[in-house]
Amino acid sequence: MIPGIGTLTQDTLWCFSQVKGTIEIGTTEADIISTVEFNHTGELLATGDKGGRVVIFQREQESKNQVHRRGEYNVYSTFQSHEPEFDYLKSLEIEEKINKIRWLPQQNAAYFLLSTNDKTVKLWKVSERDKRPEGYNLKDEEGRLRDPATITTLRVPVLRPMDLMVEATPRRVFANAHTYHINSISVNSDYETYMSADDLRINLWNFEITNQSFNIVDIKPANMEELTEVITAAEFHPHHCNTFVYSSSKGTIRLCDMRASALCDRHTKFFEEPEDPSNRSFFSEIISSISDVKFSHSGRYIMTRDYLTVKVWDLNMENRPIETYQVHDYLRSKLCSLYENDCIFDKFECVWNGSDSVIMTGSYNNFFRMFDRNTKRDVTLEASRENSKPRAILKPRKVCVGGKRRKDEISVDSLDFSKKILHTAWHPSENIIAVAATNNLYIFQDKVN
Amino acid sequence: SEHSMHPWSLQLSIPNNLEEMEDKVTSPEKAEEAKLKARYPHLGQKPGGSDFLRKRLQKGQKYFDSGDYNMAKAKMKNKQLPAAAPDKTEVTGDHIPTPQDLPQRKPSLVASKLAG
Repeated sequence: MIPGIGTLTQDTLWCFSQVKGTIEIGTTEADIISTVEFNHTGELLATGDKGGRVVIFQREQESKNQVHRRGEYNVYSTFQSHEPEFDYLKSLEIEEKINKIRWLPQQNAAYFLLSTNDKTVKLWKVSERDKRPEGYNLKDEEGRLRDPATITTLRVPVLRPMDLMVEATPRRVFANAHTYHINSISVNSDYETYMSADDLRINLWNFEITNQSFNIVDIKPANMEELTEVITAAEFHPHHCNTFVYSSSKGTIRLCDMRASALCDRHTKFFEEPEDPSNRSFFSEIISSISDVKFSHSGRYIMTRDYLTVKVWDLNMENRPIETYQVHDYLRSKLCSLYENDCIFDKFECVWNGSDSVIMTGSYNNFFRMFDRNTKRDVTLEASRENSKPRAILKPRKVCVGGKRRKDEISVDSLDFSKKILHTAWHPSENIIAVAATNNLYIFQDKVN
Repeated sequence: SEHSMHPWSLQLSIPNNLEEMEDKVTSPEKAEEAKLKARYPHLGQKPGGSDFLRKRLQKGQKYFDSGDYNMAKAKMKNKQLPAAAPDKTEVTGDHIPTPQDLPQRKPSLVASKLAG
């Protein structure tokens, strides 16, 4: 099996690898994982939670002794990224929940990531320290100042090895640029700039400059009574540093070129699937709202997630997606209750595998779905403590819609809507996935023969 | 649902005519819409901009604000304002806050259990 070339033939089996977090009845709200992201090599895996904390896991080096066990992820660093704040002018609390984490490509020994809550983006540097200087002249080993009168000789301090310490320091704080709630951040391929998007505006930043940003998209109407749509997600093209896309609550995607004008209110491309007006219902617009948009690694396609489907669009074709995958169409006959319990507003994310051949997204009942774009096969898997023996193969799950329920199927009415898989991540080149199930992080790998 | 009090009122064609509704109850989505309309007859009839979108823009824990309080009191003199529903967790400028509406203090910050 060639790593990264994922296919969902019957040969691909996903196995449990690890689970992080505790089993508890009644989750503390702060422990709910709100974002998951691998870095560009897959060596590091970062999570953010509602309590404003970031935990970074590092893959251990594969040892020659244990060829059957692929590298496991262990805690590398953890820090408090954001704290709760208060907007005194509006008497509103600013949540510390980490909405997104995005890694910068590694350029030296240190690792850099951006983390954001609703209002403030921060650049964090994570670096290792494994040596410390010893033999100072003016202070002793505990750091206490020595009496200068007792010093009779000079020595040169030397660096000696110490236990590895991983430090996280905030290097930049990009604040006060968003009136509305930040939903996305995206690092540009020039590695010099990044964008942050809120409900109505998108700003472009330079990593070195924190007191200024350029506004590149502004869809706020002069009269708020005329507001009809909001920005739901945004991302830079993986290779073209002038190009980005943003999605809307009306199910449309706009591609913008920053070379065209300073303010990209006029799109270069507009992606929208035509809708049959006779099918329109009260729920149509709500379920068409795009909760996530992701470029393929190749940069040729974009993938969007709305409430019931995942769609793949070719950048060269604006009038309809080239592929549509049903995530959980059986929920169509439950929309009334899902509206009443607010689940219809859940924001699911979606991810590509390293070769852009398989896409993955979450659902309810701790189910998540994978779609193979080549074979058109799909599979439903579950993140559950019951399947958490090391290297246990995950059994495909099935939701029963009709009357007759088979033994291993689950009926739509038995689904647990409080167990939502909103955030998942796929290793950039291998078949390793991270799935956030409320307060637990599951890591699955494909079976090693 | 907190959204049941705030109609989604964009350019939608919500049939008011009962016979029209019955004709359209073929797709599961339309059937669900009919169910919702039956439970909340005033849904979609409020004019003006999108309350739902505006509510989304204002998400966040709202605390007592003396400015809001005084404005609400002033409005009360002119017209009858709805009292806050018991299940309403959000305190807005249209509603006079009471001590029961104010949210609890946040617990102090501890380390993530993922790192444990």
